Amino acid sequence: MSDLLDAVALPGREEPAGSSRPGRSPAPFLRYLASKVAAALVSFAVTLVIGFVLFSLMPANPVQSLTRGRPTSAAQMEHLRHQLGLDQPVWHRFLSFVGDTLQGRLGDSWQFQQPVASLIGERLWPTLLLTGTATLLSVVLGLWLGVHSGWRHGSRFDRLTSGISLTLWSVPTFWLAMILLVVLSTGLGPIPSLFPAGGMSDAYSPSGFGHVLDVAHHLVLPCLTMVLVVFAQYVTVMRSSVIDELGNPYLLTARAKGLMDSQVRNRHAAPNALLPSVTVIFLQLGTVVGGAITVETVYSWPGLGFLTYQALQVPDLPLLQGTFIVFSASVILMNLLADVVYRFLDPRVRAQ
Amino acid sequence: MSASAPASAAGPTASAGPAEAAPAALEVRGLTVVHPPRGGRGPARAVDGVDLRLEQGEILALIGESGCGKSTLARALVGLTRPTSGEVLYRGTPLRYTGSALKAYRRHTQLVLQDPGGALNPRQTVFDAVAEGPRLHGLKEGLEERVRSALSRAGLRPPEDFLARYPHQLSGGQQQRVVIAGALALDPAVVVADEPVASLDASVRGEILQLVLRLRDELGLSALVVSHDLGLAWNIADRVAVMYLGRIVEVGTVEDVLLRPVHPYTRALLSVLPGPDRGRRPTVLTGEAPDPTAVPAGCRFHPRCPAWAALDGPGREAAGCTVRELPVLTADPGAGRQAACHLVDAAADTPAGGAGTAGAPGGAAQAPGAEDGRG
Repeated sequence: MSDLLDAVALPGREEPAGSSRPGRSPAPFLRYLASKVAAALVSFAVTLVIGFVLFSLMPANPVQSLTRGRPTSAAQMEHLRHQLGLDQPVWHRFLSFVGDTLQGRLGDSWQFQQPVASLIGERLWPTLLLTGTATLLSVVLGLWLGVHSGWRHGSRFDRLTSGISLTLWSVPTFWLAMILLVVLSTGLGPIPSLFPAGGMSDAYSPSGFGHVLDVAHHLVLPCLTMVLVVFAQYVTVMRSSVIDELGNPYLLTARAKGLMDSQVRNRHAAPNALLPSVTVIFLQLGTVVGGAITVETVYSWPGLGFLTYQALQVPDLPLLQGTFIVFSASVILMNLLADVVYRFLDPRVRAQ
Repeated sequence: MSASAPASAAGPTASAGPAEAAPAALEVRGLTVVHPPRGGRGPARAVDGVDLRLEQGEILALIGESGCGKSTLARALVGLTRPTSGEVLYRGTPLRYTGSALKAYRRHTQLVLQDPGGALNPRQTVFDAVAEGPRLHGLKEGLEERVRSALSRAGLRPPEDFLARYPHQLSGGQQQRVVIAGALALDPAVVVADEPVASLDASVRGEILQLVLRLRDELGLSALVVSHDLGLAWNIADRVAVMYLGRIVEVGTVEDVLLRPVHPYTRALLSVLPGPDRGRRPTVLTGEAPDPTAVPAGCRFHPRCPAWAALDGPGREAAGCTVRELPVLTADPGAGRQAACHLVDAAADTPAGGAGTAGAPGGAAQAPGAEDGRG
């Protein structure tokens, strides 16, 4: 198969002076995609092994921690061990773990007495809502600020932007979250209580559009916290790649053709400087599913991050294992997507 | 190659109308560009008082070593650098530095840059790169035809083969042709080329230079070619201006300046050209490289001037090279050859110090295709 692809791909890649079309024939792309998918699968396989080793072979005795503080007989302990499948040999447990995972079965949570997969599915949407919104806002804000501060680097705007974003980047998330909680939710001095302290909706939440508004109201503080902490990385990446582009003569060519400063920036410099940011954005998108454990915990947002926190307290090993696999898989998937998107954005990569 | 019928009817010269007294295609008067102080050094006088005329249909070579301000002058000519003082005139009209005036100006005056790889946006296809100028200036009618014609005039034939390509899929010579096509697509009256062939290999250089000459002959294009290469100037230029430390030090026809140079700096440049039967030793300039943040008093070339160094004590004092300022060379059309040198002024045509006889610049004169190239 790969030989066949090779033969098809070669003429397209050579690009001698007389050939008619640039490297857009699908064969090199399929080959590229196949290699990237293969790499992603290898990564996922390694993740499965690590996930099993981390959570199944840990020296901690789950039965002991589950029954901590309660009088339990040895027979009961043995029964529990059998129930949890811990009396099976390690290789047997690994194989059934891999088989189950590939079929989408992630075991049952010890704590919630529910399948881990359905728990994760339930908590996925709040997390996507929170981190998706926050990522979108911080990407837009960060890239805009980055382009403008890089274009006029050294200006007052640049120094202000870089100073503020780096300060917020250095602030501990939980601290910022709690400060915002105290100031904007509890209310401080003249500031009234503007936003709810936690959760995703009120107990007496209305239905329909009222519910949407209620969720949005609850979303403000956690989302704001995440944006403030995260947007700096887009600012810095975008700013430095815009500065890298500044020295390029093609900007001078564009200007000499008659483009105004802002047109040169928006049509030439910014799109080209976007390439390095795409990598960062997709890496960040991978963590969108993982959510923000800290933010979700502080604001009791019922997402995957908060679920992970709850699982850690027990420790609820099947649940931790499940979230670990889902988080890793989303990072791998987003990296794969980044590679593919990159290829469409950059003709130089496309030609390889 | 297409039949080289004079295509000037469609060219910019025709659209401009028959101007009385033919104003220069491009002219600068008293042009000064001072870069602000940086890193503990004083302000840099990159261009320090230049008068220069580029006649219509003329190719003028601007020669000088790195850092002499020739690229800054080129950028000021196309309005990319705003002069500290002095003015740029396009067909007798001073250039104004407002957004719309600059845009209108750039419709007629185009810049071709040195590094063809870098001068093209890597994410633009050839079509987009060439079409960008016409699109911007509202020339959307027959855009594709315009792009094809620009590409084929720049020697990329058949143009269809190149439209969808990206810069990285082209050779250096092809990239430079795309850059030139991007300038030609606007049918400019003037092209300012900053080292247009410096990064290309010899065979490609010849082709690009031929292209510039053909465009002049066919379209009546005026061109200012910035270079440090005297052979290039010999091959394509009508006139040559030699620049040193922000000033023009010698200007005249290519034969005058390159065959019978009078300024000691021009002579030094020519003396190091390789040539077969040269009876004289090359004059290697010593001393520090010129620094635009510390321009010497008097003649700015005197610290490195071999003619001045050859003078004896009293002669030096009398020449006054270290104290007397030199006038800026005029750009009057009738001025003929001029050189900014106290020693030349004293003794009509030859410097008193005599830094070797002014022979033919062997290397340049024997450059391949020199004569037919300058038809």
